Amino acid sequence: MDTFVQQVINGLTVGAIYALIALGYTMVYGILRLINFAHGDIYMVGAFVGYFLSFQLGFATGPSLLGLSVVLVGSMVAAALVGMAIERFAYRPIRKYARMTTLITAIGVSLLIENVFVAQLGAAPRAFPQLLREQSYTLFGNAAISKSQILIFAVSIFLMLLLQWIIFKTKVGTAMRAVSFNLNSAKLMGVNTDVIISVTFALGSALAAAAGVLTAQYNPQIDPLMGIMTGLKAFVAAVLGGIGNIPGAVLGGLLIGIAETFVVGYGQNIGIPTTFRDAVAFAILILVLLFRPTGLLGSTVQEKV
Amino acid sequence: MPTLVKRLLAALVIILLLITINQYMSVDGLFGFGVPPYYARLIVLTGINIILAVSLNLITGFTGQFSIGHAGFMAVGAYSSAYLTVYYAGAWERSIAGLIGATFAHVLIFFLAILVGSLVAAIAGLIVGIPSLRLRGDYLAIVTLGFAEIIRVVILNIDQVGGATGFTVPAYTNFLWVGAFAVITIVVVYNIVHSDIGRALVSIREDELAAEAMGINTVRYKVLAFVISSAMAGMGGVLFGHYTSFLSTNDFQFIRSFEIIIMIVLGGMGSMTGAILGAIVITFLPELLRMLGPKLESLLSSIIGAENIPVPVHNFLLQLANYRLVIFAALLIVIMLTRPQGILGTREFGLSWLKRSRRAPEGDKPVGSSIDTGDSERLSTPDGKKKVDDK
Repeated sequence: MDTFVQQVINGLTVGAIYALIALGYTMVYGILRLINFAHGDIYMVGAFVGYFLSFQLGFATGPSLLGLSVVLVGSMVAAALVGMAIERFAYRPIRKYARMTTLITAIGVSLLIENVFVAQLGAAPRAFPQLLREQSYTLFGNAAISKSQILIFAVSIFLMLLLQWIIFKTKVGTAMRAVSFNLNSAKLMGVNTDVIISVTFALGSALAAAAGVLTAQYNPQIDPLMGIMTGLKAFVAAVLGGIGNIPGAVLGGLLIGIAETFVVGYGQNIGIPTTFRDAVAFAILILVLLFRPTGLLGSTVQEKV
Repeated sequence: MPTLVKRLLAALVIILLLITINQYMSVDGLFGFGVPPYYARLIVLTGINIILAVSLNLITGFTGQFSIGHAGFMAVGAYSSAYLTVYYAGAWERSIAGLIGATFAHVLIFFLAILVGSLVAAIAGLIVGIPSLRLRGDYLAIVTLGFAEIIRVVILNIDQVGGATGFTVPAYTNFLWVGAFAVITIVVVYNIVHSDIGRALVSIREDELAAEAMGINTVRYKVLAFVISSAMAGMGGVLFGHYTSFLSTNDFQFIRSFEIIIMIVLGGMGSMTGAILGAIVITFLPELLRMLGPKLESLLSSIIGAENIPVPVHNFLLQLANYRLVIFAALLIVIMLTRPQGILGTREFGLSWLKRSRRAPEGDKPVGSSIDTGDSERLSTPDGKKKVDDK
């Protein structure tokens, strides 16, 4: 029982990270029908901006809550700018062309970001400074939850609620929903669709950067290629929940996080090697799509942004 | 001249040509001319990439089904054939060498390995295709990607084929094999595309619902195209594995599938020659960029003299090789921004270009409207109206 609770806690931690990244995928897809393959790299960029910020601003020397907040917000802002720049210079000019063209451009942007980072910083992993004094609390007997896990839960829940508020209670959010419903109609109704698409990229990128900094607190190793697999799994999470659907992305992320942790934790008991960790997300996705071709929460009347 | 004789003659010419080129693919070469090993390797890899690109083009370019799992089928072919050649081929080869001669036994065994690799990949394609081809668009894409990753992780856990440490495979492949199978792939895909199956596939690409309404069994044709495409990817995998003589599952990550998609999109989706061109460009471009720095430096020093090159410029050129993948990615984006339909679009490159330019302008057609320009031209008059086929 103790280990089970522990596995669930660890799974939800990983899942919250996936969920934060998946939100960006799902928002962009909801509006542009574009699989933004560069999104996983934005997560990496966020982690690296956090890394450099904490050294430049002198927060790397000792853990402090102020340092953490500054680094987190700083990297979110920086990633939002990067996301907006990518949208402006790479995706906007080709928006009207075939899907395949936009997809290849997205792959090109992803390769560009990765290779710029590898060429500039080298592919070797770096240790992210500890911004939070590590401490763990026991619950339910032997299960433990660390401070960084609590941080991940708190920040991701806060950001998800904030996103929900932006989408449903603000004017920008209404416009985002309108654009995702029908871009041309929204344009005719006076919505500045270019601005709204830009805002969507900014929001998604900021969430991914937050995920990057939070992961680096939980598992302090960052490298320029860290976004590839994580980004791919987050995308799988978005599809699993029903792409374009915001609660779906969160659900999909948490499910995949838990499934992965369980494969590592319990897989060996039933003969599944731990390396299947990377395959389980895809296996779940395939099984779900066979029975629900639009994902878990995707329905005919989709709630898309 | 009867068609059969013509074709046999063409085949003979191609075989002789391949054998001649194969002679050049060594350092000694023929008549003192030889291709350096570095370039010979690039040419062989280009051939393998042509097989992969042309086969993916059948399912993605002509049938319009978006698959990102080509590397998975490549892996299936590579590993299944490698299992055969590593564990059984040696003994089999020795046992039949006495009967038919060592060289022929060698050829026969590798031919068998290619067949087995393609067959296993085809079966994998069937298993993957039947459930996933019910899905459309991006959902199909992500499921094929998922299957490819699952295949990779499964292979990673089979200790008989090396698992995570990699698998050392005998090096059977040379230029002749790759060239011959590249030609076979191109001919087979060309014939499929220009047959009634090909017309069905293109109709599925253009409008799946309309195709179904016209009585085309879309699922059957999609699965058929997928299985053929997978078999050819498996073939490419066999040749690849037995060329590099070392298999690692890292060679078959999804980035490899992306690479093949980039080839066909770059060349122009739904164009055979486009896929071939894309394969050549994508194989050579990163390598050419590697040499860009030194080449520019020697050019510069021949103009202004080596000692006159400013130090920052010298350092920049020295560093350029590290940035070759950055330049590659940037070029990819620039090509997509400036020529979104790919280098060739849906057209084919060939001698007929000269004739075609005098006819109705091509640019008026919407992109991707027809791949079979030959047929459409036969049916339409120069002013674009369809001619009624009166028999």
